[in-house]
Amino acid sequence: MRLELGRINISDVQFGPATEVRGGVLYVNREAVQALVLEDERLVKADIELARPGEEVRIIPVKDVIEPRVKVSGSGQVFPGVLGKVDTVGDGRTNVLSGAAVVTTGRIVGFQEGIIDMSGPGAEYTPFSKLNSVVLVAEPVEGLAQHEHEAAIRKAGLRLAAYLGEAARNVEPDSVETYEYLPLPQQLAAYPDLPKVVYVYMLQSQGLLHDTYVYGVDAKRILPTLISPTEVMDGAIVSGNCVSACDKNTTYHHQNSPVIHELLKRHGVDYNFLGVVITNENVTLADKERSSSYTAKLVEMLGADGAIVSEEGFGNPDADLIMNCTKLERKGIRTTLVTDEYAGRDGASQSLADANPLADAVVTAGNANQVIVLPPMKRVIGHPSAANVIAGGWDGSLAADGSITAEIQVITGCTNELGFSYLTAREV
Amino acid sequence: MNDKLRVVHYLNQFFGQIGGEDKAGITPIDKPGHVGPGMALAAALGDAAQIVGTVICGDTYFGENMDKATDEVVELISKYQPDLVIAGPAFNAGRYGTACGAVCAAVAERLKVPVVSGMYPENPGVDMFRSKVYIVETGDSAAGMRQAVPKMAALALKLVAGQAVSPAVDGYVSRGIRENYFAETTGAARAVEMLVKKLKGDAFTTEYPMPKFDRVEPNAPIADMSKATIALVTSGGIVPKGNPDHIESSSASKFGRYSLEGVDTLTADSHQTAHGGYDPVYANQNPNRVLPVDVMRDLEREGVIGKLHNTFYATVGNGTSVANAKKYAAAIANELVEAKVQGVVLTST
Repeated sequence: MRLELGRINISDVQFGPATEVRGGVLYVNREAVQALVLEDERLVKADIELARPGEEVRIIPVKDVIEPRVKVSGSGQVFPGVLGKVDTVGDGRTNVLSGAAVVTTGRIVGFQEGIIDMSGPGAEYTPFSKLNSVVLVAEPVEGLAQHEHEAAIRKAGLRLAAYLGEAARNVEPDSVETYEYLPLPQQLAAYPDLPKVVYVYMLQSQGLLHDTYVYGVDAKRILPTLISPTEVMDGAIVSGNCVSACDKNTTYHHQNSPVIHELLKRHGVDYNFLGVVITNENVTLADKERSSSYTAKLVEMLGADGAIVSEEGFGNPDADLIMNCTKLERKGIRTTLVTDEYAGRDGASQSLADANPLADAVVTAGNANQVIVLPPMKRVIGHPSAANVIAGGWDGSLAADGSITAEIQVITGCTNELGFSYLTAREV
Repeated sequence: MNDKLRVVHYLNQFFGQIGGEDKAGITPIDKPGHVGPGMALAAALGDAAQIVGTVICGDTYFGENMDKATDEVVELISKYQPDLVIAGPAFNAGRYGTACGAVCAAVAERLKVPVVSGMYPENPGVDMFRSKVYIVETGDSAAGMRQAVPKMAALALKLVAGQAVSPAVDGYVSRGIRENYFAETTGAARAVEMLVKKLKGDAFTTEYPMPKFDRVEPNAPIADMSKATIALVTSGGIVPKGNPDHIESSSASKFGRYSLEGVDTLTADSHQTAHGGYDPVYANQNPNRVLPVDVMRDLEREGVIGKLHNTFYATVGNGTSVANAKKYAAAIANELVEAKVQGVVLTST
């Protein structure tokens, strides 16, 4: 499989009579977008707003962030199995509106979504403050069941991203990068003397607003399986989850999955990167045992010497993380884990809900319980009162002046466990 | 007077040159200037600081009257209006280390000035006070004085200056506090780097050393369940409809206690979940799924259990730190013991 990613750098986003890219600016036809979203009868309202880096804008609550991409050549389309027909992706040419994003908001389901500040102290904690964002504020029809509501908003965001991505179809990219994933025997033969490495990519699958979809399949129904890095880049994995937004992978994170990109950088130099095993984080013990055993077996079948395991979420999935780690280590496969921490607001608590001495190589994306004050913003897109009930906030988080005092847990992507960002923690 | 930093030094009867074990019962006294090891400390602190007073207390007196002795010592220290308080070093002397830790913790809290002590890592004072006090790691006996004092002085001066400190650079026992900062490279890049080192057999440093888990021995079984009072406790967030105590959906700051008096079953109208960490739909439809009041009432009627305790306890486990969870559990357990509850059905999600 060979994928070319053509990046078109987007430096601004504006409304315009037609949706198109001109001179690095993404123009959005507001009415066309609204009409597109409202094709879904489950939604009654679809406002489109724009948010740019450095603006005094807050988006709350955030459900998902998606990068607009389009398949120019090769089979399938972006977000296969969710939009259009299910066909294999990861081959051919895909164009990317780099620096742009779709952000979905609205009254979602409960107490469960994140915050993006485009400027101020909160902006430093989220990578999405740096993106020119097309924000969809979507509201459901009265009485829509929660699972339907979640699905409608999820799909609306993906459709909007695909629609905007179409504007990139015939634009000459600023840069083109090629990613090649060889059939396994060739991959093994390419670097016979280097240690073999597999990425174990844990996908959140605990239920409503904690789900992830692979080619449209709810990840809680998969057995761990192999996927090509290039399929991930084409949107084979999409997010249906945003609870405790700091460490939930948005679709944008999956499209730009950082462990995959980092492993590709040193592939053929320090190790032979054999591929990606996706697994889930289901809530029952039997599922956890099955998935972790199957994962360790699959990695062993590939002949790996080492693995990076990334978690999604915390608490309950800490058990999956430690099971994956110990089962791999006991097979002699050296592992490094990526997680984040819940060490309490004072940082004095034990950080994970599970532990094992075999987990001796851990990268942390920081303590999500740290408290931050987010100053008032000139413009708030969405529903600011969500601050009092979202995970990481508390009754009274939103002050009369519009400032929010809450744990950084509320900030979308803040302690992302794919290792997307720079935040970390140390013991003092 | 001058602009020098005002330092008060705390010592026990031995290092305070009052006497040995026979003088360990003395009550706190203070002396102007430095005493005993204070001379070396003063030299290490240099010209920027001056030991304005030394407070001395017997180890036995302190150990047997901890609260009172702490108050008395802090009172004497406060007279000198210190900018900085240094206690010990206590090496491996357990009572002395405990006293140094207690004094420093109280000074930090009440006088709001930096505090530093020094102890051998196995001194019981370390475990008791390391989260509140910077404790420089020392040898196990006074033979380590020459190494300990300059480290304590250097750390103290950094703290007064508000400079960043770390266990690795400044030689103090880790306080076990996790502090966020922005790294030079992304987590993904650090993970790859760490894996490469691990595969090569090179030295690497984990960013999160695994804690030791607290294992609880199970109690003996209940001999006769038909006479036992059983309580329901949950971290699944089941609360009366409307969540009257505003228990947070994540990182709960409290637990709630709610009556089951006359409640035969929970319904979508009477109860809900406050938990933000799982799909709430099924729990909200039928809260018995998380807090099985219906089944417990059946068991009560069938005589399998003596009685369902008429209060249930609930908090939200989602994102709640282990330290807070332990605190709530201890408080709930006390109330259950008080209420003569013999068994608990603990439900999580």
